[in-house]
Amino acid sequence: MKILLMGNPNVGKSVIFSRLTGTDVIASNYPGTTVEFTKGTMKLSGKRAEVIDVPGTYALEPISKAEEVAVEMLHEGDVVIQVVDATNLERNLYLTLQLIEKKVPLIIALNLWDEAKHIGIKIDVKKLEKLLGVPVVPTVAVTGEGIKELVSRLPHARISAYRSTDHEKWADIGRMIAQVQSVTHRHHTLLEKLGDLSIKPLTGIPLSILVMYLAFQIIRFIGEGLIGYIFEPLFELYTPLVMKISQLLGPGFLHDILIGTLIKGEIDYTQSMGVLTTGLFVPFAMVLPYVFSFYLVLSFVEDCGYLPRLAVLIDNVMHRLGLHGSAIIPMLLGLGCNVPGILATRILETRRQRFIAATLTAICVPCTAMLAVVAGLVGKYGLQGLGMVFITLFIAWVILGVLLDKLLKGESPEIFLEIPPYRIPYWGALLKKLWMRIKYFLKEGVPYVLLGVFIANVLYTLGVIDFVGRIASPVIVGLLGLTKETAAALIIGFLRKDVAVGMLLPLGLTMKQLIIASVVLTMYFPCVATFAIIVRELGVKDMMKSAGVMIVGAILVGSLLNLIL
Amino acid sequence: MEITLDELEIERPAEIKRIVGGFGFQRRIAALGLRVGKIVRKVASEPWRGPIVVEVDGTRVALGRGMAMKIFVEEIGE
Ligand SMILES: Nc1nc2c(ncn2[C@@H]2O[C@H](COP(=O)(O)OP(=O)(O)OP(=O)(O)O)[C@@H](O)[C@H]2O)c(=O)[nH]1
Ligand SMILES: [Mg+2]
Repeated sequence: MKILLMGNPNVGKSVIFSRLTGTDVIASNYPGTTVEFTKGTMKLSGKRAEVIDVPGTYALEPISKAEEVAVEMLHEGDVVIQVVDATNLERNLYLTLQLIEKKVPLIIALNLWDEAKHIGIKIDVKKLEKLLGVPVVPTVAVTGEGIKELVSRLPHARISAYRSTDHEKWADIGRMIAQVQSVTHRHHTLLEKLGDLSIKPLTGIPLSILVMYLAFQIIRFIGEGLIGYIFEPLFELYTPLVMKISQLLGPGFLHDILIGTLIKGEIDYTQSMGVLTTGLFVPFAMVLPYVFSFYLVLSFVEDCGYLPRLAVLIDNVMHRLGLHGSAIIPMLLGLGCNVPGILATRILETRRQRFIAATLTAICVPCTAMLAVVAGLVGKYGLQGLGMVFITLFIAWVILGVLLDKLLKGESPEIFLEIPPYRIPYWGALLKKLWMRIKYFLKEGVPYVLLGVFIANVLYTLGVIDFVGRIASPVIVGLLGLTKETAAALIIGFLRKDVAVGMLLPLGLTMKQLIIASVVLTMYFPCVATFAIIVRELGVKDMMKSAGVMIVGAILVGSLLNLIL
Repeated sequence: MEITLDELEIERPAEIKRIVGGFGFQRRIAALGLRVGKIVRKVASEPWRGPIVVEVDGTRVALGRGMAMKIFVEEIGE
């Protein structure tokens, strides 16, 4: 049996999915968190049932790729659990009537029951059940309240006999609401007032700058703290062990690969370039701390509901780039890792927007893993180095966006976005989400880092890097002002950008060269994981177009920097 | 007097009287509560003709100016 979780965006489908199946999925307080379907299983009266979490949709006529996925899934379900936002019963019922029309066995989870109670909305569940002709169960997904009853009543999901024509639906819903819902007059809560203040331009714009500034500082503070007080000391404890291995191996090919070069007879984790030295140090002592701090802050911002407000405030700017405000969400996610960022472009309405958003993300949005190493690299020059990298990428982002908007046919639709109420994040849920993202880095990132260091060593030994360096030298040395050896980083960058930046460490580059190399490495081509997701989302043809923009853009920007700096 | 949602003043409650535009557009905004007869309050209006934000049925919805110009309202309680 296949059970579908459907409903409007941001009503708690993903949280309920996690509750039912024990499979963790990302849930955040903004519409459009889920953009593809996730399958899980649960036990239902002794038998295995498949449960599918799908993207949210307001109606069965999709307006974005994410909604398309949801509507297509409808054919697959044997039973639909519609998750309904109890604080917005009226408009959620529109989808209910549409689902009823499709003659699918239906059961309703009346979620956010706690919030409804809190703001003084009373719903007569029994009467609603009778009117709709399907079971209705109040739930609070985040605490698990009502989930047991939902499961026990799942077998009673049924095809309702209710019928309504298209233009009667809203009138019918109005009558139902009058019978089942009563709202005690309510005052605007403090969070609501704060919510409005953060969207009014006069207060909202300064606040957004403050939020960004604080986010940046907190990420840096926690990241640096973890590195200095935990991870570097841990590696110091590990050093004697590696030295032992080094002595046991003796000089030779294996030593070069596993340990790398000893610098003045010692291990230098940032320069030795062995799989067991730099290969472990980069992901664990340079990247992981920032992955942790970045996602801690991002998850907090997501869960309290700030992102849609930022989307509205920045809408104007995004229009110049052929996008609208919502596109800031994929870009911010891309700052963590480009892969989920590009996936999230599915919330945009048109293919043109998705192409622009994905291209801009892949080309100008460096991921945390890469940034962490850049920070380690130019950090010794103070914030200045990192600042230059950021400013250059930002300017390139704007110029490229404006150009793409001018060159590509078609126009961009306007923003149309529901702004959820501010919610106080549940720490349990937040930490679980953080852990999921860290796990993703450990599983999908770290092996590639090790592989990258390994391949780099092999390529060096075979003389491939020297060869490519010589061929590419007119561009690398001539135009970009880098050294021939940076060719190695550009090759490995196809695999993993953090390793690529890490490979610059032993080269003794000047600050100017480091800035140029960091910018070029961000822009010139996506890493293999990002490449794969762009091909999947946009197709090979658009990926080629996108890649063209990247290569040309990277060389242009790099050369310009070389001239200016 | 009927004015567009774009012209409505901040914080002034109004009732939606008429919505022009295609069927798809009407259905889409209806799904978020913007329908004839609903009371709305404009919460914010972003500078340089950026989007506006309205409260309807206790929910905040952001929409572009072009859309706001297709929604006609009448101020209430003067
Ligand atoms: N207070 C409260 N918050 C809830 C409840 N259910 C979900 N939430 C919160 O509501 C937000 C949205 O939950 P999600 O599970 O991501 O919603 P979704 O329906 O999957 O959203 P999309 O994937 O965007 O369609 C999250 O911040 C949840 O923590 C609930 O019953 N009570
Ligand atoms: Mg979801």
